[in-house]
Amino acid sequence: MGKSVLNVGRISEGFVLDHIQAGKSMEIYKYLNLDKLDCTVAIIKNARSAKMGVKDIMKIECPIDYIDLDVLGFIDHNITVNIVKDDKVVEKSTLTLPKEIRNIIKCKNPRCITSIEQELDQVFILTDPRKEVYRCKYCEEKYKRK
Amino acid sequence: MRHLMSPLDFSVEELDGLLDLASDIEKNPAKYAHACDGKVLATLFYEPSTRTRLSFESAMIHLGGQVLGFSNAASSSASKGESVSDTIRMVSCYADICAMRHPKEGAPMVATAVSSIPVINAGDGGHQHPTQTLTDLMTIRSLKGRLGNLTIGLCGDLKFGRTVHSLIKALVRYDNIKFVCISPEELKLPDYIREDVLDANGQTYEEVERLEDVIGDLDLLYMTRVQKERFFNEEDYVRLKDFYILDKKKMKLAGPDMLVLHPLPRVNEISVEVDNDPRAAYFKQVQYGVYVRMALILTLLEVNV
Repeated sequence: MGKSVLNVGRISEGFVLDHIQAGKSMEIYKYLNLDKLDCTVAIIKNARSAKMGVKDIMKIECPIDYIDLDVLGFIDHNITVNIVKDDKVVEKSTLTLPKEIRNIIKCKNPRCITSIEQELDQVFILTDPRKEVYRCKYCEEKYKRK
Repeated sequence: MRHLMSPLDFSVEELDGLLDLASDIEKNPAKYAHACDGKVLATLFYEPSTRTRLSFESAMIHLGGQVLGFSNAASSSASKGESVSDTIRMVSCYADICAMRHPKEGAPMVATAVSSIPVINAGDGGHQHPTQTLTDLMTIRSLKGRLGNLTIGLCGDLKFGRTVHSLIKALVRYDNIKFVCISPEELKLPDYIREDVLDANGQTYEEVERLEDVIGDLDLLYMTRVQKERFFNEEDYVRLKDFYILDKKKMKLAGPDMLVLHPLPRVNEISVEVDNDPRAAYFKQVQYGVYVRMALILTLLEVNV
């Protein structure tokens, strides 16, 4: 039996996220709130990659101002972001760690004011870019990644 | 308009200016007795505190100002579920400056986002207590004449003691400081203070378990309380608790100029027999706390005398 080929159609406007660490695509789906948007999303898990062995790829068809990609830098800044418009890749951007992230992750410190104050934004500040450390703006508790 | 959230909000130069002002207040109290006539300090204390609240109130009264506020959450609108943001908006209409203590970490910072008056963090949970640090710095500078070239022993609970963490952060900015961290294994400095503050600043420090072994080398001994509840088993507590009771016998091993500081309240970690030793500076520290809070109120209210 020959090798099967998985074809995922081209998108005319949106994003192709490449070089996602294998298994991380569902996390990105959640952080980008894609479940709340009506756009077409293709998730390819464990695709073969010369560079990474295996990787995930995501294709998101939507207007390019729909999604805030800053959060991607926080999740995995090695992801390659291809921005597609009129069927062409118009920009290939590499990600950096955002200096501040707002309402993406929550402070887990039960002694933090964010645990009781109504409608207070959850804000994390990048305090050590080398070690990729984010701390809560209010209590300075370090965010521990899973 | 400025607030004070962390002792590091002031640069070294600004801190020098603040401590100079506090020293001038100490020498010439009459000059400042009416500096804040007509001004009101609100003390918003969501958890009980004897020394800090009274120190702030004493500071404002000695400047000629007036004080209003509450001393626990139960007697405030917080008991009805009012947010910190709403409370400070309301208090901004009643007072010119406020000092806030709150059990939740970061609460005073939330207040600064909407406040139209300067906010002073008077302690937020286990996070920051900047006016204690200013008090410690004022005491050291007044009694030692300098904030650099010091060997400083930090003794007791170095893991959970926020006053120790804040003091370390403030002192690493000065030249030729050496820290000697004296604590049981269970209560050593947390990693983030060692890595992010001490190592990151190339700071010299050593960690030891016995006070007697190092007390003779110290210019300053900063005592804190070892709390029984921090230990996992009773045996360790019993083994270590007496290491850290400072008494006359241990003071004999110390140099003639070594100062003893303590953020207070003490329980039994400094024996009362040490109180009359001229090197015991912990009650003088309380007095310096009033001067430095007076200087802070004047600075934040931008009152020039």
